[in-house]
Amino acid sequence: MSEYCLFCHEQITSNTNWSSFFTSHKETYLCQVCESQLIKIEGETCDICSRPLEKLEKQYVINNRCLDCVRWEEDDEWKGYLLKNESLYEYNDFLKGIISQYKFRGDYILAKIFSLRIQQKLPPNVLLVPIPLSTERQFERGFNQTEALINETGQSPIHLLERTHSEKQSKKSRHDRIHIPQVFQIEEGRGVADKDILLIDDIYTTGSTLRHAAKILIHAGAKSVSSLTLAR
Amino acid sequence: MKFAVLHEKLVPEPLLTTPSATQTITSLAEIPQPPTIPNFSFNPELQKLLLGKQLLLDEIPLSLEEIQSHYENGYITLRKGITFNKNIPKCERCGNQDQSWFASFPCSRCGETCTYCRKCIMMGRVSTCTPLYGWIDVSDISHVHATLDWKGTLSPGQQHVSNKVMESINVNKELLVWAVCGAGKTEVLFEGINRALAMQKRVCIATPRTDVVLELSPRLQAIFPIIEVASLYGGSEDRQKYSPLTITTTHQLLRFYKAFDTIILDEVDAFPYSVDKALQYAVNQARKDMSSLIYLTATPNEQWQKECRQGKRDFVTIPARYHRHPLPVPEFVWCGNWNKALTKGTLPANVMKWLKHRIETGKQALIFIPKIELIPKILPLLQKLHPAIEAVHAEDPNRKEKVKAMRSKEISLLITTTILERGVTFPNLDVAVFGAEDRIFTESALVQISGRVGRSAQYPGGWITFFHYGLTESMLKARKQIQGMNKEGLKKGWIDVE
Repeated sequence: MSEYCLFCHEQITSNTNWSSFFTSHKETYLCQVCESQLIKIEGETCDICSRPLEKLEKQYVINNRCLDCVRWEEDDEWKGYLLKNESLYEYNDFLKGIISQYKFRGDYILAKIFSLRIQQKLPPNVLLVPIPLSTERQFERGFNQTEALINETGQSPIHLLERTHSEKQSKKSRHDRIHIPQVFQIEEGRGVADKDILLIDDIYTTGSTLRHAAKILIHAGAKSVSSLTLAR
Repeated sequence: MKFAVLHEKLVPEPLLTTPSATQTITSLAEIPQPPTIPNFSFNPELQKLLLGKQLLLDEIPLSLEEIQSHYENGYITLRKGITFNKNIPKCERCGNQDQSWFASFPCSRCGETCTYCRKCIMMGRVSTCTPLYGWIDVSDISHVHATLDWKGTLSPGQQHVSNKVMESINVNKELLVWAVCGAGKTEVLFEGINRALAMQKRVCIATPRTDVVLELSPRLQAIFPIIEVASLYGGSEDRQKYSPLTITTTHQLLRFYKAFDTIILDEVDAFPYSVDKALQYAVNQARKDMSSLIYLTATPNEQWQKECRQGKRDFVTIPARYHRHPLPVPEFVWCGNWNKALTKGTLPANVMKWLKHRIETGKQALIFIPKIELIPKILPLLQKLHPAIEAVHAEDPNRKEKVKAMRSKEISLLITTTILERGVTFPNLDVAVFGAEDRIFTESALVQISGRVGRSAQYPGGWITFFHYGLTESMLKARKQIQGMNKEGLKKGWIDVE
């Protein structure tokens, strides 16, 4: 347990009671006020991308799927590659703040906030594959934020992917993101045949990055590709 | 990024042509500094960017090759971003030595485990492989003579202080200017700044708050029309501008290193400067070894007041407002257990009477409360009296709009936390402090709050009432300070006897 909240730096007051005294060995990185602002994704979610369905208007939900995923799966070029995405938290202003400090300011230690929940969500016998950064971006940030998320759970990331070009995703529209040419290639000499793969990324926005990665991995012989992201 | 040391020069790893042993800047025993080659034609834009600064590589929009050639020719300096003293890291940029503000990570720039400072990370990450870049030459770029274009006149009180400011600037001394709220302290700086600029000195006005930077910059630009004033705050566009006169938030001073001959530090007692050691460190880092430092405040803390009384600190006061009327003295009104009244859904009768009177006569008022949590209890009670009553606090997204609405008189009463204790001016105003015994209302907070009343020459009077459930030391000291200033102002003949 760290003494100070990793985000607001308030001292963490542990409310020790008898049950936590005996059971709690888990590490706490956020104070209660900050923790309470991370909203777990629960309840009815889209079959594929785990978007909370209750927040969507009816016309955007078709048989437990959000309209975006329906559109992906209707598209012959994209259907069936990404088996399922799971996301931990809603992408609210608070999480935006954490992710931006983590990723853009390069505050590596914030990865620890998510380790426990990521650990709980990892299925057995999968290859954990981080979404890579371009060389320039990795130098700029000093680390790859998705790789760090895996490292901090105590697991080893498997580098199967390489970026072929380096434009910033966050500046693009959905149309642009979907219609960009393949942004990844498989690192040479990597066997992916018959492997179950779990991609790790920070945010699921349109799902385009993850589908690009999934597509190339499936074509290289992977048995299945799913994904886990912090935010949806 | 790592460096090799070749022929007594640092060479960054990406520029190495042959494999050599490399290490991080922090782990180097000494940083070699090549001698300055006088006939090297340096890039003047780079000089403007780096003079008196400590920047990260990412903050310099030039190629590593160009930076390296300036270093090799003795024009650029590199310093360690993080230093270790017996394994304890210190951030050289912000001065942080508190272990709870450091972390480490596997760094792809140097391939090692890098320790980094989290305290100043909002300005870019400083880690054990991060150099701080600066310019070798401390002598400034000479600037055109900036003539003061100001038609105003100073009151005798202001003139006295203005002279003292000029003297401190002349001889590179420290001076505390203790000026009451509404004294007109900005004007006392004009002659001093003018003198400093004429002496080719580089001047900086630093203030804790962005609002003040935004307010001061156009004002100073207007009176020094020949030079181009640099205005610095988070997200400002002047970040790379070099100017003989810089107006900045104290935060932005973290990017400066031995830059200024004169620093004028506004509101030294205000948050966050008063509690943030990094900002105090930044001021010290930003001044040259030989420099003057002028502190401005209406409310020096107890320690400083003591040092003034003991003659340990050079100070000068402006005890009177420029309009020659005395400061309104707070009245103390006991209002009983107001918390209990609130839980019953009422306010103490004398508070209610005070508020009703303002509403009936149409006089605007600020009501200071000790906690945000009281807003939902008090606001509905008051809105029953009148609809044009609002409440504001630090995290209120509509804070600016509400202050504006108060200014345009769309709001009659504004309930506020201590965020409006300073910096705001409404011309014809009464002020109440509700729960004045709360710890948040320190002596200086109460003096500042009282200072909201009677600021304009047109309406120099007004009521300041402390509603309390028990007197505090702070309340008594605040009143004493105000009375003391009035007495001094009268004695010096800077207040007119009514």
